Amino acid sequence: MRLGLAGKEMSCHQTRQWLDAYFDGELDLVRTLEFEEHLKDCGECRDARDGYDTLRQSLQTPGVYHKAPEALQQKIRTHLRHATAVHQMPSTFAASPAWRLLAAAASIAIVVIVTALSVEWARSHSSKEILAQQVVSSHIRSLLADHLTDVPSSDQHTVKPWFNGKLDFAPDVKDLAGEGFPLAGGRLDYLDHHRVAALVYKRRQHTINLFVWPTSGSDSRPETVALDGYNIVHWNRSGMTYWAVSDLNARELRIFADDLHP
Amino acid sequence: MAAFEATVLPHINAAYNLARWLTRNQQDAEDVVQESYLRALRAFDTFQAGRDGRAWLLAIVRNTCYTWLNKNRARDMYPLNAEDAQLTASTHLDPETQLMDKAAAERIRGAVADIGAEYREVLILREFEGLSYKEIAQIVGAPLGTVMSRLSRARKELQTRLCASAWQAKK
Repeated sequence: MRLGLAGKEMSCHQTRQWLDAYFDGELDLVRTLEFEEHLKDCGECRDARDGYDTLRQSLQTPGVYHKAPEALQQKIRTHLRHATAVHQMPSTFAASPAWRLLAAAASIAIVVIVTALSVEWARSHSSKEILAQQVVSSHIRSLLADHLTDVPSSDQHTVKPWFNGKLDFAPDVKDLAGEGFPLAGGRLDYLDHHRVAALVYKRRQHTINLFVWPTSGSDSRPETVALDGYNIVHWNRSGMTYWAVSDLNARELRIFADDLHP
Repeated sequence: MAAFEATVLPHINAAYNLARWLTRNQQDAEDVVQESYLRALRAFDTFQAGRDGRAWLLAIVRNTCYTWLNKNRARDMYPLNAEDAQLTASTHLDPETQLMDKAAAERIRGAVADIGAEYREVLILREFEGLSYKEIAQIVGAPLGTVMSRLSRARKELQTRLCASAWQAKK
């Protein structure tokens, strides 16, 4: 038994519970480190992990995966062509070679335009999109591993100093109990290649993760996005970037952001 | 049509593999995959560009499989047919390795096919397709925690079955 980063002992029982999440790379950073720390000392848990390795290798044995028969792909192509021809074009138009030529030219033009537009769009949006996706994943992971907080406390004066020495910046920690968003605690997380502060707030039964880390970007107004059924509000303030994520409705999440930085 | 083909046709192996494990029969799997592609085509206007076409297609394949199994439940109650354990020969390996692999693969296929359907499907999606818990949760329509516990149970059952069959093979 050793002390984990969160100051808790990780037992074999817990390790076994998280074995699958660890093995599948779905465990959060702090728990992963604790898990590996435990493996160093515990032969039985190492055996359990090795057992999973062996199992995965067995499933990779050639001939286990069912590859689609080659004829099937051809059959499906033919079916699809038939289905679309019947659905989309009246047969007199479809039969006319001139119409086909025109349709082909038009579809090429559309593809060119759409590609040009989407490349441009992707250039400006991709990094933020990827980050938003990471924010949602971290939020889900924190709920999944039952590891919402490393420091469970509703007292901002307990949560803020807890980050000392764990981060190279000091996040601003505010309790918003008066506004209906009580602080539930804080934890370390990893986003966009940084160690970041994750502050946890509650709103009724909903959990809000607020991720904070330094940025060189200038102040920006809160922006709301929805992703996979979660709402995200993102803004920059005084050299820090803020990402709030929750299954709470977008309106209340926006109020949360405004209460934090009026 | 070009966008549809580019988005979903490359995933035909994933579609077939899942259908094959869920129906446990080659002919049925082929029918289910064909039906799934037609359903996917009809639903393609609901597909959001930029999303993962594979996860989207697999959700349709899974639904088609279960609709199909419901209709033919009586047949699914029969024991696995001998054909189920047959293998497509891997031609690029030398004959000896091929023979050993073939016996091992047959054993593993038998063990996976014996696991309960709700455990089998999460195992297939995770181990063969490498999907994340979130993607699997969306496909099977269950919470993340359920996906994790089903996966854990699937692995333990598979380990037990493989141990038992290895012991049988040695006898």
